[in-house]
Amino acid sequence: MEKINRPYRVLVGKPGLDGHDRGAKFIARALRDEGFEVIYTGIRRTPDEIAAAAIQEDVAAIGLSSLSGAHLKLFPEVVKALERRGVTDIPVIGGGVIPEDDIPTLIAAGLTEIFTPGTPADTIINAFAEACRKHFAAQGDNH
Amino acid sequence: MLLPRPAENILLLKVTTISTIIERLKDNDPRAMARAISLVENNDPASREILASLDRESIKSSLVLGITGPPGAGKSTLTSQLISLLRQQNQRVGIIAIDPSSPISGGAILGDRVRMMDHALDPDVVVRSMATRGRLGGLCASAGAAVRIMASCGCRYILIETVGVGQSEMDIVSLADITLMVLAPGFGDDIQAMKAGLLEVADMIAVNKSDLPGAEGLCLDMEQLFHQRNMDGRQHVVKVAASLGQDIDKLLEAIRSLADQHDLKGEKDRRRQIALKRETLDWALETMRPELAVIIQKLQSDQGCDPRVNAETAITEFIKKNT
Repeated sequence: MEKINRPYRVLVGKPGLDGHDRGAKFIARALRDEGFEVIYTGIRRTPDEIAAAAIQEDVAAIGLSSLSGAHLKLFPEVVKALERRGVTDIPVIGGGVIPEDDIPTLIAAGLTEIFTPGTPADTIINAFAEACRKHFAAQGDNH
Repeated sequence: MLLPRPAENILLLKVTTISTIIERLKDNDPRAMARAISLVENNDPASREILASLDRESIKSSLVLGITGPPGAGKSTLTSQLISLLRQQNQRVGIIAIDPSSPISGGAILGDRVRMMDHALDPDVVVRSMATRGRLGGLCASAGAAVRIMASCGCRYILIETVGVGQSEMDIVSLADITLMVLAPGFGDDIQAMKAGLLEVADMIAVNKSDLPGAEGLCLDMEQLFHQRNMDGRQHVVKVAASLGQDIDKLLEAIRSLADQHDLKGEKDRRRQIALKRETLDWALETMRPELAVIIQKLQSDQGCDPRVNAETAITEFIKKNT
């Protein structure tokens, strides 16, 4: 893991009615242990709430977690909620119990990456770090 | 009930350059506010320009309320209720929620939002989570700057929420015009132990979970504490049940009345002067820190030499380099 010289701020959220937050909390802790500042929104948030929180907290990336199958609807809604607020430079990463067949649809809808169960935590953390770097590069800030 | 404005109406321009940020701050643009706070928190060279552009009058007239107390006393729940009440009164509110950074990884989980998400879609509730980043002096400086950014952007009330368990929080509390300590029955000896610490600087105490047994006794105890300081305990101790939304209006009224008294007595100005000087010192140290760290890194690591002596050598070196 490349050392971060000042903490990246990211948001981990759970959109929709799915209350299974074990995955989201696991990722939040893993990110914290790698030096990220993680804003955790808790369960049962609407895509609009997640987008608004991400903007107020000035995060560099968003992670969404889902178990119960509503990812095809909810993940793209978060991307759209950000766009409605004029934000296109905060990458959105998704994860959870997601069929392989759904991944291309989600990527096409603007998600940066999708991770399924069994992915090593390092892979996910690296994806967040990469997303944050991209965010700052787009701002002309060599973080 | 107050209807939040639909979020769709706020169209944010891309905030990239410093001049854009300053421009957009004048329109209270949420993204500009967020970006400005980040720049200041990272002690970016642009902070200076941003902070100089703020509206002094709004900062002066704002009320900064520090909310502290032991974990589990209900700080976040009470904060959320205070936000609701202030919003009913059409006030724009800023919240700075502080959580500790991990001393090992430097990372942090900032979870205070979980209890404040009711207000997530209200553009007049500006929430910012901050991690201590292992440097409390520095945090005091960045939190102070965040307070001023929020105040300048129309937040008449700014709430700083922090866990009150040590000296560290005292620094944050020094930023507040009024410090509110949240307690709840059932903490027993913990509260006894706190008597010599934060309880001494608290301007007001909210005894939360007033529906639980023991609340009345705790109230009397705390009122006694104010009597010992020659103050009217009944004015400074308020019972609330935050999760039920009970007596929040009484608490806010008591806070306002105390704030008005402070205003008249010149106490608010006096406290702000002290806080500003303290922050100035913090900024001075923060600004020197990176270069000092480099100098200290290069010092001959002589085991026989005491760090106290090395510190003087480093400072001499620093002055030489900068003159």
